[in-house]
Order: sequence, then structure tokens, then C-alpha cells
Amino acid sequence: MLHNLSIGELAAHLGGRQISSVEITRHFLARIERLNSGLNAIITLTAAEALAAAAAADRRLAAGERGPLLGIPLIHKDIFCTDGVRTSCGSRMLDNFIAPYDATVVARLKAAGAVMLAKANMDEFAMGSSNETSYYGPVKNPWDTAKVPGGSSGGSAAAMAARLAPYTTGTDTGGSIRQPAALTGVTGVKPTYGRVSRYGMVAFASSLDQAGVFARTAADAATVLKVMAGFDPLDSTSVDAPVPDYAALLSAPLKGLKIGLLREFFEGLESRNATLIHDALKIYTSLGASTVEVSLPHLPLSVPTYYVVAPAECSSNLSRFDGVRFGYRCDQPKDLADLYKRSRGEGFGPEVKRRIMTGTYVLSAGYFDAYYLKAQKVRRLITDDFRSAFQQVDLLIGPTTPTPAFDIGAKIDDPVTMYLNDIYTIGANLAGLPGLSLPCGFVDGLPMGLQLIGPHFSEGKLLNAAHQFQLATDWHNHAPRGYE
Amino acid sequence: MSLTRQDVEKIAHLARLSITETEMPVYVTSLSSIVDFVAELSRAETGGVEPMAHPLDGQRQRLRPDVVSETDHHEKYQKNAPSVQAGLYVVPRVIE
Repeated sequence: MLHNLSIGELAAHLGGRQISSVEITRHFLARIERLNSGLNAIITLTAAEALAAAAAADRRLAAGERGPLLGIPLIHKDIFCTDGVRTSCGSRMLDNFIAPYDATVVARLKAAGAVMLAKANMDEFAMGSSNETSYYGPVKNPWDTAKVPGGSSGGSAAAMAARLAPYTTGTDTGGSIRQPAALTGVTGVKPTYGRVSRYGMVAFASSLDQAGVFARTAADAATVLKVMAGFDPLDSTSVDAPVPDYAALLSAPLKGLKIGLLREFFEGLESRNATLIHDALKIYTSLGASTVEVSLPHLPLSVPTYYVVAPAECSSNLSRFDGVRFGYRCDQPKDLADLYKRSRGEGFGPEVKRRIMTGTYVLSAGYFDAYYLKAQKVRRLITDDFRSAFQQVDLLIGPTTPTPAFDIGAKIDDPVTMYLNDIYTIGANLAGLPGLSLPCGFVDGLPMGLQLIGPHFSEGKLLNAAHQFQLATDWHNHAPRGYE
Repeated sequence: MSLTRQDVEKIAHLARLSITETEMPVYVTSLSSIVDFVAELSRAETGGVEPMAHPLDGQRQRLRPDVVSETDHHEKYQKNAPSVQAGLYVVPRVIE
């Protein structure tokens, strides 16, 4: 079945002219039509644009052009500006916003011949860990539709798990690619901060946000990341460093790889979840890696640090949504103050307002030093802990989440309980490190993810380690019932 | 409760967010619990530690030549505006 082929296999069939991009695109559009209503993974379907892009890709292929992503469909998280297509960020605030330009990530994939099928549902403005804060309704986990897929890239993860596209894009600010990848049994990559351009990616927390990819395998993710990554003069935080050929690095043997097990990640992990992670570690030792326990003593402070820094940055970034130039405007504003307050009060959902207000508070006069400046200092301590660890080991391994997917509605009423879902992922965002989650087994029929974290710009090593694990296991080939 | 209703009203005003009467107690409770949660940071030993604004140590803001590189697209960009007149964004009267 087409939706079970890898990106490499699809590219080979397209290159061998055994199938056309239009046929592949039609196959995935039909799947979306049949299966999305049970998941609510999509906000905007772009079927006509997709078929036009597929036809254009077919013309390029007929002219002899070849490329790893040419003619292959994808779904973009609805946080990336897509020229002429609604970009909602899962919010009423941007429900009527037609982006007038392409994000760099979108433009690069388009230039490579990618065919955009749709824009994926997400937690509003990327704030959430369950995809329950979206204005367009919650996304369901294809493994059990009473459960969340994780967030904020819940739509992208669910669509990937349901094989609605060969790959999908996401963003990760506190875990929003890795955590939903773990809960939906797919591979998700958050690159090093500065590796992938943030131009045209609606900003949540500018020092934490990073675009990345969901795929069935590390090998597929490597192919996509190579195209997405690289210096962009339009993003002042883009790092000017060459992008390695990630695909060429996948086959390196793991003999001699030094893996660090974070003591803080394993403390308090429930026994069945811990067993799964330890079984995964045995695969690594059988491949020639060695493990050693390491400690990041400041890591337990990463969640409170994040929930000062991220809301502070979001309160600033979301101040542009004012009902004046674009986006939602309230009805019959009495005066300018009323225009601002009601456009924002009505346009934003409760979690977004909570975070804006938390950010406003920690930045306000009298509190700036005690909260924001303090959090920035703790951020440095956490980052230094990671740096010390990487002097002893090549990468860190642990669980991506404390538990598998929870019920829709179970945690949405208590923000702090929800925030603790990010406990294993947040550290990498604070330190700007690359992280990856790959499927490593099931608990009660629900997927669990193994997380790999590496030093800055070690995506190649992470993808290599993930790929070798996937050669020795087949968790990544499991599909949820009804989506095979 | 670490935050009072007055605190939340002040924060909401600074953030230009309207909060309805029914919403207010919910925000007072949830914001208080978030503030209590992050207060844990005060116990960290951070004497002599430089604050970290972003992960790119040593990266400086790039400059570029002061040369025009864009063309006027205001009509395209203003398509999303709620109200435009003569290329200007229309809002309720600001100055009495």
C-alpha cells in the first residue's frame, strides 16, 4: 500500500516512472477524506493546490529532474505561513488569516517539489501538550480515539500515525514534536536551535521555538531534515553552518557510542514504562554502545524555568494580535482600548490568555528580577549541566514522556498537571539541544517513545542512533488498527 | 491564593485582555497556582550566574547593507485587515 512506503521508496517509484505524483497525491487525499473525520487532525484541506503541485512535480520528473522529496506529499502544522492559504495557529484569532507569504520551511520544501495536502490541527498558538486547546476542537489519537495524541503538534503527529501523509511538519518549543511523536508511535525530530529557519513560523517563544519533522522512520526524517535545515538570512537566529548529509550518516556502526542515562529521568518512572525503556537500552548495548549514569542536578527546575521564560516571550510575541491590521476584530468596539481588549479577549482561548498573563506578570515592574531574570539564570545552570554531561557521553537516552497517552479531558482543567507532561522534553529546548523521539514499545496497547538528546548540531548522530535501533526492532512499523 | 482579583485585573489590563466576570475567578485560581509552581525557582542558588537569553552563545546580531531589497506589497498584506481606507488601517477614534 502506498501509505506504507518510505519516502525513499516513493521517490524510487516516482523516479522509475512507475507511478505519478498525482496518483500518490490522490491516494493520500482519499485517505484523508475517509479517515480524518475520526481524528480531526486537519484544519484546512488544500486538495486543489495539492493536485496542481503534484502535476507540476510530474512535469519536473518527466523532464528528467530527480530529488528526494520531489512529488511526495506532506501535511504542514498550521503554524507555518503558507502563501494564499489560511494559517490559523489553531486559533479564532487567525481563523480568517490568509498568509500572504510562505515560511522559509514551506518555501524550501515547495522548491524541492513537496506537495502540500493540508494544514494540521494544533494546540492554540502552540501552547499545550494534548491538542485540546485548539479552536477547531481536540485531535484524537488514532491508537485510541478517547485519548489525546499529545501536543502542541497533535494534528501532525496523529496524521503521521494514521498514515495520512508520508511525513508531516511540526514545531517544538517545550516538547511539542517529541511528546506527540511518543504518544502516537512515530519518529519526531526537534533540531538544534538555529538549525532550521523560524521565518514565517508564527512565534510563540522566540528563544525556544524550532521547526522539525514527523516521519515513520529516522531514515525518512533524515531526508526531510536535510531539505528543511540550513542558514536563512531572513531569520536573525539562524546559524550559518553547513548541513551534513544526514542520510549518509545513518549507517555508521554504534560500536563505542557512549550513552548517558539521566538519573533524573528514571526517578519515579512507573515500572512498566521503565521496563520498556530498559529493554530499548539493551538493544543499544547489543549494538556496541555502552551506558553510564549521569546526573543533571538542575534538571528538575526545567519545568518552572520554562513556565516563566516561555510565557514571558509569548506575552511579547502575541502582543501583535491587536485587531488592527489582521486577525480577529471584535464587533462594534467602543474605543481603541475596547478594540484591543475584546479582540484579544475574544480571539484567544483560555490557555493562551493564561500564558500571556503569566508572562506579563513575570515581566512586570517589581517581579522581573525575582522571576524572569532568575529563570534566565537557572536556564544557564541547566544548560551547563547538559554541557558537563556531554563531556562524558555522546548522547543522552531516556523516556520521552512519563506515561502513554491520557484521556481527552483528563488534565485540561489543571494547567500545572498538564505542564508536567513536558518534564522530560523541556530541558533540551532551554539548552537549545537537538532531540528525537522514536517508538520503543507499547503499554496497554498505547505507544511509548524513547528520547535521544545530543549536543548542539548532533542531529546526524541522533538520526544514526535512531536508525540503527529501527534496523534492530520493528515498533516503528506498527500502525493503529484501521489505519494500516 | 498568591494573586488577588485586583492583581489579575491589573495584569489583564497590562496585557490588554478583556476578562469576563464569570472567567475572573477561574483565572485568579489558575494564575495563582502557576505563580506558586514557578516560585520554586527562588530556591535555586544562582549567585554569580549570568542570565541566559537564548542558546546561541557568541552569535551576534547580523547586519546587512542598507540597500532596498523589498518592493511595495501593501495591497497584498492589507487584504487581511478588518478595515482599510486609502492604505491606512481604520480604528475607532483615538484622539477626542
